[in-house]
Amino acid sequence: MKHNLILRLIAKFLFPVIALFAFYVQFHGDYGPGGGFQAGVILSVAFIFYALVYGLKTTEEILPPHVLRLLASSGVLIYAGTGVVSLLMGENFLDYDPLSSEPAAGQHLGILVIELGVGITVSSVMLMIFYAFAGRGQP
Amino acid sequence: MIDTLIDITLLAFLVFTAVAIIRMRNLFVIIMLFSLYSLFSAGLFAVMDAADVAFTEAAVGAGISTVLMLGTLALTKNHEEKPPSHLARLPLLVVLVTGGALVYGTYDIPSFGDPASPAQTHVGPYYIQHGKEDTSAPNIVTAVLASYRGYDTLGEVTVIFTAGIGVMLLIGGRLMRKQKRKDQR
Repeated sequence: MKHNLILRLIAKFLFPVIALFAFYVQFHGDYGPGGGFQAGVILSVAFIFYALVYGLKTTEEILPPHVLRLLASSGVLIYAGTGVVSLLMGENFLDYDPLSSEPAAGQHLGILVIELGVGITVSSVMLMIFYAFAGRGQP
Repeated sequence: MIDTLIDITLLAFLVFTAVAIIRMRNLFVIIMLFSLYSLFSAGLFAVMDAADVAFTEAAVGAGISTVLMLGTLALTKNHEEKPPSHLARLPLLVVLVTGGALVYGTYDIPSFGDPASPAQTHVGPYYIQHGKEDTSAPNIVTAVLASYRGYDTLGEVTVIFTAGIGVMLLIGGRLMRKQKRKDQR
């Protein structure tokens, strides 16, 4: 899509809007609908949209596949690591009470951190799958 | 009243889309109709007050999976093979029996929003009463998913991660193909 000037401009304009909405869904998940999974999908949609208009090569330069592989595994690590931290602090696995001075604050922090892990893994896995499919047709 | 009307309209559109998908032969059109089907489902979930589920259905079903299907379509043919001309009796029988069994099974399912159903009488009331003070998250869905059932969500994330690895191993092999070309030389 080299010659679609309007499409390219709109894509450039929409990318930050979609990404911002993804972050809103990510960090507002405790208060409204949404959470890590939905936010991850929306963030990957922003990059997929960019790739559809500007081509896979350009997108892979911005976000290389090896970085995605690293991110996908680090998200799971963040999630499971939170559980291990609470385990080491003398509580059950994935019980966030001891993460802060007060149980409620600890829960808030724990939920925020594990949702971040979910978001990172989901968005990078979705993009990884898209790269795999879209890169198939190219030499 | 208006909810019922919206429900009926959305369900009717779902049936129309499903029938259209069966009758179509052009795969591109079918993928677009699948996307539409997901969007109508998301609308239905939204009417049922399941905002989180509707959100996911709209983003994954109507968004990502459509793009992935289109990506697959770019690698294959655009048209389905011609359907067999004879009547497939055995498959028809299997479909009818399975469908009948499924419809029969729905009679045991508690009706929508039934307060006496097991889901509403077991741990549900505890989550609703204590969710806010236990987890400090006003959204009960997040409280259950991330805190009460955090272990299950960890499993889900691991499943997604594993699925990603599986896809990478199966078709993400541009690196491997380069290697193969080198080997052939």
